[in-house]
Amino acid sequence: MNRINKRLQEDKELLSIYFTAGYPDLEDTVPVLEELVKSGVDMIEIGLPFSDPLADGPTIQQSSTAALKNGMTTAKLFDQIKDIRKTVDIPLIVMGYFNPMLQYGVEAFCAKCAEIGIDGLIMPDLPLAEYQEHYQSIFEKYDLKMVFLITPQTTDERIRQIDDATNSFIYMVSSASTTGKTSGFGNVQTDYFKRIAALSLKNPQIVGFGIKDEDTFKAATATAKGAIIGSAFIKSLTENGISGIADFIKSIRP
Amino acid sequence: MNYNVNEKGYYGDFGGAYIPEMLYPNVEELRQNYIKVMQEPEFQKEFNELLKEYVGRPTPLYFAKRFSEKYGVKIYLKREDLCHTGAHKVNNTIGQILMAKRLGKTRIIAETGAGQHGVATATVCALMGLECIVYMGAVDIKRQAPNVARMKMLGATVVSAESGSKTLKDATNEAIRDWINNPTDTHYIIGSVVGPHPYPDMVARFQSVISAEVKKQLLEKEGRENPDYVVACVGGGSNAAGIYYHYLDNPEVGIIAVEAAGKGIHSGESAATSALGKEGIIHGSKTLLMQTADGQITEPYSISAGLDYPGVGPMHANLFRSGRGEFISVTDADAMKAGLDLSKLEGIIPAIETSHALAIFNDRKFKKDDIIVINLSGRGDKDLNTYIEYFDLA
Ligand SMILES: Cc1ncc(COP(=O)(O)O)c(C=O)c1O
Repeated sequence: MNRINKRLQEDKELLSIYFTAGYPDLEDTVPVLEELVKSGVDMIEIGLPFSDPLADGPTIQQSSTAALKNGMTTAKLFDQIKDIRKTVDIPLIVMGYFNPMLQYGVEAFCAKCAEIGIDGLIMPDLPLAEYQEHYQSIFEKYDLKMVFLITPQTTDERIRQIDDATNSFIYMVSSASTTGKTSGFGNVQTDYFKRIAALSLKNPQIVGFGIKDEDTFKAATATAKGAIIGSAFIKSLTENGISGIADFIKSIRP
Repeated sequence: MNYNVNEKGYYGDFGGAYIPEMLYPNVEELRQNYIKVMQEPEFQKEFNELLKEYVGRPTPLYFAKRFSEKYGVKIYLKREDLCHTGAHKVNNTIGQILMAKRLGKTRIIAETGAGQHGVATATVCALMGLECIVYMGAVDIKRQAPNVARMKMLGATVVSAESGSKTLKDATNEAIRDWINNPTDTHYIIGSVVGPHPYPDMVARFQSVISAEVKKQLLEKEGRENPDYVVACVGGGSNAAGIYYHYLDNPEVGIIAVEAAGKGIHSGESAATSALGKEGIIHGSKTLLMQTADGQITEPYSISAGLDYPGVGPMHANLFRSGRGEFISVTDADAMKAGLDLSKLEGIIPAIETSHALAIFNDRKFKKDDIIVINLSGRGDKDLNTYIEYFDLA
């Protein structure tokens, strides 16, 4: 069974961390990964940097720009993590934008991910219709789980379509925003979390965008299976470096 | 062959809507409504009235006698430079502001490079009393100070895009991010035939008034609706889409697209997307774009701020790949010279974008009786500083 599905069956609230590969330094990808695992996170999203990250706010834009300046490329990332399964056994997801994958070759990209032991992909700008028409069969051939996003604006009907097309988890974007933007959760989020819980979807949900501390982590996991932290982690990494990772994770889930 | 968009939003291999889910409700709302709204008689009436009374349409189809004599062909200029605000861009912003109102939107955002589309958007927002926010790269804000001042005078807020290379593509990213963060009350007025479906088709339809007029005007002047060629400069491709539109599926009419070669196609400082681009995704559309082997989008260069976009609309990518369109690229130097030529020969100072389309006649030879219609997409007032510096006119 795919590592993501196995983890989703465990009886615990999942903490997933997003970080940008090749940041702060080019060769930090594996040290960051290993330190995250040591700190007890349940799943990791490895961000493949892109020059034009449309769905991201300033923090991830900056880490992406810096990583590209450091010399990060798709081939470089695959090379850095080629032996990652010797030391890391939690679910690993590659998150990035579709154009770099397209240039690498969708099938070649998937084959490489499978060879390394990547479990899933998040491509925010590869929409459901395009995925189903052109790429689903390739992803499935390599047992890569494609994770789709939903937002408070997504209609129930579309959420059901996404649920049908998914076989892992649904990425619940907490509010209508780019990454790193919200200041805590309000009524909109509470209502949204309740609405989704009431739909009784077949896939569990993991909440992302705006999770930054113990309170927001608890609020998200009150109804959802887990939460993803991105911008807040990158900020901490920028300020405190790799040696600060354990403390950061403890501050989220003591 | 059909060179227009299909029901899935594609021109051949190009187009589609590669957007994050956060944008889906907005783009889907537009997709489901745009044709229906545009076909409403009330919408048509309001659109046509504004084009006539406010923009000053129809624009003349002017026979450029002295310019024609110089090259031994018959050259007509479609005078979009005489539109209110000085370029074709306003045809689209009038259409989209009416669309936004029909959809109940109260807040308008736009991106701009040279500032022409920003001014055209600020203008229609003033006209309709709607809030207007224009994203413009920090570098362009410095280069295009007069247009920044115009937008402010018209009541728009100009927001500096500080990300990436701080030019048009980054301003577009920022506008898209704004839309993600304001999903219910906001309409994004894109300035060219780019972006996710249905934008390329919607903008092309609003600009198609250009070739609709050319057909009538040429019939009056020459006794035929079809020229031998229609010619336009291509940044994103909206003025080109406008002048090609009613000729797309008519093989008697040659289509010529002129891109900015900058300092030379292989100089590393160019914006000739068809020559240098590869298939990829930019701003929600699958099209040709300039990028690294790794799929990172690169920064183009042209002396004209309106042509330095790293992609091209999907309609044009398909015209290129299918061979329906002939793509020519023109350097800064040749464009500037053609701009000066037209000024001296016809008393018309063109926008530097347009000057690229005027510069094809040295290398591209035509038959003596060929009738060529060039889209004179804009006037050169905004470019005076560049002309002054380049030709040492001060
Ligand atoms: C006068 C003029 N022509 C052409 C363009 C290029 O845009 P498009 O290719 O969409 O017509 C611009 C863009 O700013 C412009 O101002």
